[in-house]
Amino acid sequence: MEHKRVTLFAGHYGSGKTNIAVNYAFYLKNLGYDVSVADLDIVNPYFRTKDSEAELLAAGIPLISSAFANSNVDLPALPQELYSLVERKDRYAVMDIGGDDRGALALGRYTPYILEENNYEMVFVANFYRPLTQTPNDALEVMREIEQACGIMFTAIANNSNIGWETSPYDVLKTVPLAEELSQMSGIPIIMTTAENNVALDLSEKLEGVFPMTLQKKYFDIKHV
Amino acid sequence: MADKVLMKGNEAIAEAAILAGCRHYFGYPITPQTEIAAYMAKRMPKIGGTFLQAESEVAAINMVYGTSSAGYRVMTSSSSPGMSLKSEGLSYLAGSDLPALVVNVQRGGPGLGGIQPSQSDYFQATRGGGHGDYHMIVLAPASVQEMADLTITGFELADKYRVTAMILADGTMGQMMEPVELSADSVKTFDKPWAVTGTKMQRKHNIINSLSLVPEELEQQNFARYERYKTIEENEARCETFMMDDAEYCVVAFGIAARVSKNAVIAAREKGIKAGLIRPITLWPFPKKTLLDAADKAKAFISVELSMGQMIEDVELAIRCQRPVMLCNRAGGMIPTPEQVLAKIEEAAGGKM
Repeated sequence: MEHKRVTLFAGHYGSGKTNIAVNYAFYLKNLGYDVSVADLDIVNPYFRTKDSEAELLAAGIPLISSAFANSNVDLPALPQELYSLVERKDRYAVMDIGGDDRGALALGRYTPYILEENNYEMVFVANFYRPLTQTPNDALEVMREIEQACGIMFTAIANNSNIGWETSPYDVLKTVPLAEELSQMSGIPIIMTTAENNVALDLSEKLEGVFPMTLQKKYFDIKHV
Repeated sequence: MADKVLMKGNEAIAEAAILAGCRHYFGYPITPQTEIAAYMAKRMPKIGGTFLQAESEVAAINMVYGTSSAGYRVMTSSSSPGMSLKSEGLSYLAGSDLPALVVNVQRGGPGLGGIQPSQSDYFQATRGGGHGDYHMIVLAPASVQEMADLTITGFELADKYRVTAMILADGTMGQMMEPVELSADSVKTFDKPWAVTGTKMQRKHNIINSLSLVPEELEQQNFARYERYKTIEENEARCETFMMDDAEYCVVAFGIAARVSKNAVIAAREKGIKAGLIRPITLWPFPKKTLLDAADKAKAFISVELSMGQMIEDVELAIRCQRPVMLCNRAGGMIPTPEQVLAKIEEAAGGKM
């Protein structure tokens, strides 16, 4: 896989953008790149990259996020340090964009810098088990809405189809034809199929381009007995 | 395509409402329930329904009143501060005997409070919220699947008894994502001969109104309404019991607090303490009989709540104060941990009251 300097993850909300962004940053770091993660999700105050801040910092991955993230203040604000990601070309950057077109709107102010440098991958995160993106058509609609909002066209697809803790390798495999159809309709390639570590282990025997992930813990993850 | 989908609790409510036949949604955005409105905004236009972002919560609840009067299934949703604004409308709905589904995805209060989960609107929900003698049926889901299932149940019970049903969830239930199976197969509908649908010159006018200036008549309306409430209390109280057969220490909790408590009960059993859980699914009517029966064997009760202790009063009333009732709680958007609940169970078992 070729690694662009800036990788952006966007998609329908709740499709798993934050999990992929955090895992992808660790992946780049392990390959030896200097990488930073930016949290541009200023729409949903409940799940944020900030939840993984301790792990990221321990691995030497700086996190740029709103000063108000997880502070209980429902104030949509972007940190000024974000400009360093588009301006400092000696570092790699992973950007976690907020859900849907509403979330992607905030990316717009960095769009001219990203397009000018032209060394980016704009990844559409798809989960075909999400109710409003169950078909390639519906997913394409969300894709186009996001592009309109932020002014950057998608260049790749990450198939992150899952149904939470119940996900089996079979559940992921069932969505491969859907991802392929979306790829054909949009004319952009599938660069990865993402799955939780154990599921990914099983999947990699049957599928190419599997990207294993350690899932982020939420503070209210309470086992449902 | 898929049989199961991965949904947020808020989305599950919205989709289940559509499956239940609701084609009219009126609301106003507020964290942590905004996804309900966002979902309706996307779906309703595609199925010929109405999504309308009202100018305020007060306007939204009155739109609910109008739509319900015409006999349609209708809903609104909000979070705690918004529910206070709707309270006047809830009282008018009750006074006019109109069915509706209202969702409260609670956040910490009082006042504007915070955006994190809470259960501190228990009093407001179970005691009516607005003015006058009335009740709402209050349903408390503890999983995303139940967010969907109880939404359908809520519409059915509301129509059946001509009352408002409320889904009393909290921020965690609204935001968490879990696999859900949705089906419209068994949705029940009810005739509404009282609705204002036009007489076609074939019947007397139906009148929907909560104004009644003759005290004798208003009293009779209240008596009749409370006869219906009695039937609801007799037939519709629901709860889940867990390890209650021989329980000496009975934890009572609903929603996210019940999930935390279940883990604590299991941990207590591993330590040899006979703990059990009663999870009310309806908060009104409160499952009084199950609690009263449990008091035969139980030595103590523990009410676990995301509030300063509100349901605890219903626990004490249900068991007629026969046993000590302890409170295990967090407030302001915080959630008790299984360890905190376990410590409380151990405290009860150790006899420290």
